[in-house]
Amino acid sequence: MPLLDIRNLSVSIPTTEGDVHAVRAVSLEIERGEIHGVIGESGCGKTMTGMAALGLAPKGARIVADRFHFDGEDLREHAVRLRGRRIGMIAQDPAAALNPVLSIATQMDDVIRAHRDLPHRARRAEAIDLLASTGLSDPERVLRGYPHQLSGGMQQRVVIAQALATGADFLIADEPTTALDVSVGAQVLALLRKLVTERGLTVLMITHDMDVIAEACDRATVLYAGRSVETGPVDAVLQSPGHPYTRALLAALPDAAPLGARLAAIEGSIPPPRSAIAGCAFATRCPQALHECAVTPPPERSRAVHRWLCHLPEDAA
Amino acid sequence: MELLRYILRRTFLSAFVLVGVTFLVFVVAQVVPSDPAALYAGPRPTAEQIEKARQELNLDAPLPARFATFAGAMASADFGISYKSRRLIAEDLRAYLPATLELAIFSTGLALLIGIPLGVIAAARQGGWADRFCSFGSIAAVAMPTFFLAMILQLIFAQWLGILPLSGRLSREIAISAPLPMVTGFNLIDALIAGRLNAFGDALTHLILPALTLASYPAGVAMRLTRSAMIEILERRHIVAARALGLSEPRILFGHALPNAMGPALTVIGLSFAYALTGAVLVEIIFAWPGLGRYVSEAILAKDFPVIAAVTMVVTICYVVMNLLIDITQALVDPRVALS
Repeated sequence: MPLLDIRNLSVSIPTTEGDVHAVRAVSLEIERGEIHGVIGESGCGKTMTGMAALGLAPKGARIVADRFHFDGEDLREHAVRLRGRRIGMIAQDPAAALNPVLSIATQMDDVIRAHRDLPHRARRAEAIDLLASTGLSDPERVLRGYPHQLSGGMQQRVVIAQALATGADFLIADEPTTALDVSVGAQVLALLRKLVTERGLTVLMITHDMDVIAEACDRATVLYAGRSVETGPVDAVLQSPGHPYTRALLAALPDAAPLGARLAAIEGSIPPPRSAIAGCAFATRCPQALHECAVTPPPERSRAVHRWLCHLPEDAA
Repeated sequence: MELLRYILRRTFLSAFVLVGVTFLVFVVAQVVPSDPAALYAGPRPTAEQIEKARQELNLDAPLPARFATFAGAMASADFGISYKSRRLIAEDLRAYLPATLELAIFSTGLALLIGIPLGVIAAARQGGWADRFCSFGSIAAVAMPTFFLAMILQLIFAQWLGILPLSGRLSREIAISAPLPMVTGFNLIDALIAGRLNAFGDALTHLILPALTLASYPAGVAMRLTRSAMIEILERRHIVAARALGLSEPRILFGHALPNAMGPALTVIGLSFAYALTGAVLVEIIFAWPGLGRYVSEAILAKDFPVIAAVTMVVTICYVVMNLLIDITQALVDPRVALS
């Protein structure tokens, strides 16, 4: 049984101009001990999926799913209880995720105190241990400081240490490297990998960056316009992508273009989040679209555990 | 280290303000169209009496020399004598200033303790009945004229319920038959020094109504400022992060959001403290509180310039010290303040 089991999740937010379909049909199966990448462009619903799993979807949002379970418990009822106990969050911008007016010591201590009944001295020792385990070289000095005195990479390590302090075994990391320098981002990814191995964590990695998927993830799910369109082991998804959207994403990577040539881009834009979509959401931008693509929902194609949704026959991939 | 440098810099600036105010007070005294010598000489003076007063007050000396004398006197707290009553001003201040400070500090404390927590609760229950109740209450507290509120409070608590005294600083039994030895001039402190708990209780009950009256306006403003700042802060990502980390709601509200949201309310309460020092004339009159407000308003009507100058200087010092304390508090609450 997967640790996180989502089938056909939709999240819609009612507004005066009609419902915004932030997530339309996302299915995700995340196994224990893996780093599962969720990739897609802005507005594809990747962050909202994570927020819904944390019970942090905006007020009034309608969450519908065939299955929306974490370790056998229904997230629609238990998300608030599970969050901060078993499910942790690593936010996109660590500078914004830390309270600017509280010392790191206070912020670490608050988290430890919220979850365990320990005397002050033991809490402090625990905070030092946790900070050290995220690779901070002088945890005592970090504890004395404030967020604005730390570099972005150090801030992100503190945020990760806080998530560990909750005792969570499942972390939702929302673009954890986007706000960081490339080299620091790579260090944070390596740290997450290490923590997954050493502590048996499971990570849902939300990203728009194929390099992050390639570098850090075991499996990946591709989201387009609020739908999961392809999922499978990272090697399979990157080397023999099934869905035309995934292929287009890979072709748009700078590495894929010959030196000096124009970079490939995907023509058109994503369907507006308020509109209804009859067939395949990518049909209007797909270079290989058949005429049924715009009308009927695409069937599932698969190659072992690698699955995608497309009208094109499997050998067209 | 940054904090220490910040405190030193603010203290230095405060000293600068004091020098500036001394200069202003002196200059204003020169341009005011009234003849201090005529006032000093008493009612219906003769020309010789005025001339004599002029010499006694040294009014013929050149301006810079007179400013030097004035500034030196102010610096050594020698405020001279009142033109009107011929009493030593320093002695009057020793009686009035502690009474005013006691009331101003107590009411400022009340404003903080009432306004800020209610603002936090209103923001946490935004749109709920607690929010509406607090918002309505704050409008009422701000809009109600002080003299009206004072009389309503007197009517309810002194007349109908009879649980709080109508006016004054102490009951007659204590004030006349067993007066408190004056050490600091603050009745609450003097009662504790004398070890007389009943006198302490008596002084405290006398403080409550005038302090509540004075606190109403700043508490209402502080509540609204805290509420709007809190609503903005509660949307921030670090609050979402704190929720995701499983922190308790009270800890998030008071430990994480409030320190970010307290700045505007603290500033307003500091300003209202300065106002309470001399602006509380009506409250002092209604509650028969022997404070600076009444003292200085009488001096203003009598053009009793040395009294006005002395009160201005003393109030400026209190205000500057209060502002300094608030700046330091804000730097302690938010370490980034010291950096800017």
